[in-house]
Amino acid sequence: MIIYDFLYNLVYSLFQSALVSNIVAMTICAALPLIFVLTFVLWAVLAERKVSAWMQDRVGPNRTGPHGILQTVADLIKLLQKEDIVASENDRPLFNIAPVLVFSGSYVVFAVLPFSFAFIGSNIDLGLIFLVAASGFVVPGILMAGWSSNNKYSLLGAMRSAAQIVSYEIPTLLVLVTIIMITGTTNLRTLSEMQTGYFWNWMIFGGPGLSAAKFLFIPFMFIGFIILYISTLAEVNRTPFDIPEAESELVSGFHTEYSGMKFAMFFLSEYANMFAVSALVSAVFLGGYQSPFGYIGNLIHVTWLVPIEQFFWFAFKGVFFVLVQMWLRWTLPRLRVDQLMALCWKYLIPIAFVNLIIVGLITVL
Amino acid sequence: MKEYFQNVWYGLFTVFVGMKVTFKHLFVPSVTIQYPDVNIKLPERERNRLYVNMDDCIGCDQCSRACPVSCISIETVKSIPGEDLGKTSNGKKKALWVTKFDIDIAKCCFCQLCVFPCPTECIYMTDVFEYSEYERNSLVYNFVTLSPAEIAQKKSNFAKLEAEKAAQKAAAAAAPPPVKPAAKTEDKP
Repeated sequence: MIIYDFLYNLVYSLFQSALVSNIVAMTICAALPLIFVLTFVLWAVLAERKVSAWMQDRVGPNRTGPHGILQTVADLIKLLQKEDIVASENDRPLFNIAPVLVFSGSYVVFAVLPFSFAFIGSNIDLGLIFLVAASGFVVPGILMAGWSSNNKYSLLGAMRSAAQIVSYEIPTLLVLVTIIMITGTTNLRTLSEMQTGYFWNWMIFGGPGLSAAKFLFIPFMFIGFIILYISTLAEVNRTPFDIPEAESELVSGFHTEYSGMKFAMFFLSEYANMFAVSALVSAVFLGGYQSPFGYIGNLIHVTWLVPIEQFFWFAFKGVFFVLVQMWLRWTLPRLRVDQLMALCWKYLIPIAFVNLIIVGLITVL
Repeated sequence: MKEYFQNVWYGLFTVFVGMKVTFKHLFVPSVTIQYPDVNIKLPERERNRLYVNMDDCIGCDQCSRACPVSCISIETVKSIPGEDLGKTSNGKKKALWVTKFDIDIAKCCFCQLCVFPCPTECIYMTDVFEYSEYERNSLVYNFVTLSPAEIAQKKSNFAKLEAEKAAQKAAAAAAPPPVKPAAKTEDKP
């Protein structure tokens, strides 16, 4: 895509070597989502604490820097300089690899997110399936963390988490299959391109074009959106589904025994995951990087502004859904593990199935 | 079947009701008091650090005896006759020199039991609560107003008085008892 080509040509004109330009362009392209994730986490940790404080009629961090802006920096420095404790009974290889797996699972998803027309980490034709499959990396990571902690609470947390993530993958996949049926593509970039124009072309309003099918889809798209949002919320272990890391029940669940940088990895991966699933929901249903009402760049004929605007819209939608996730955290009490399973298997899956069947019928007719 | 759909509707609806409540609370001003930039108003009769007004203290030892943790230690010395120690705010004359009045505020349990027995209301609880120190010994407060030299002087005065009295007693005991006048037999008129 555009940024890759641009960088490739730039380096080629300097070095005249295909290999070097390829390496440099790929490295920079791979590092861009990382920079984005780190900046996002820097903001998100503070936002979570501030938003939760305002919702609870208190102030939140306001001593570290004006309005607590440097709070995440302070947290990061604190975590970096902590002692890395590995208890004697812990299974060392598993203990050490678990945070790596969890973070990789959360981060690799960013390779297929359509940040803007000019930049997508990797334009895989199976983007959606890759996303769901790769985010399954966290399951063995969490199980390893819980098992090697040699701690019954961590183990309980890890088992519940594995059950939760695996069962909530099913409604996610069902809703995504519904979308695939309508649009006929799994490539996230093409999906976002299809929702071009104005907000009524978004999938949640039935998709592009103006056919009778579009209007018939709308209620099912709304149902699908809600199911997808709830099940991705459960996939990232976020309240009300945060049984694995339930603060008041299992100390810290599967990441109790971790300190310092390894805990920072879990922390980082939780926030990266939050953004990744919010971005997925917005890419699939709400138009990805498309703006709801045209582009200012197009209006004033400054065409290079358009990809920047698209990136802004993408970040805006992702951040909006992250804020809704934070909002839900302080609204709802935690679900018990049996209620969690009942919700998935008895409510979300049947409704997603029925949704799938009806949408399938509509597409055929 | 109907219950199933009712459950679904109920679940979604209540989630949105909850979200509305939380959203409203986003705009409620926070109730946090930004201590230490803002001072908290303490209630009227709250009990914090003790203070002793030594001008009024008559050295009666009632507060020290009332204290459940024995954090007050008082030593007094009698004054020699003719000395003027001044008056308490009630107008009564003081008779004892207080040579040691230490309160170990680290031990104090803030029960206020020392305040009530004081006849002159010289010991009372103030509203000071920010008095941390680096050394534990700095938390033993000394309230006497006499300098060590004066304390030594008062003690030696008293010791001298005692010595004189003891000497007088010894002298009285050693000297022969005074002769009783013989019982006069008087003729009855």
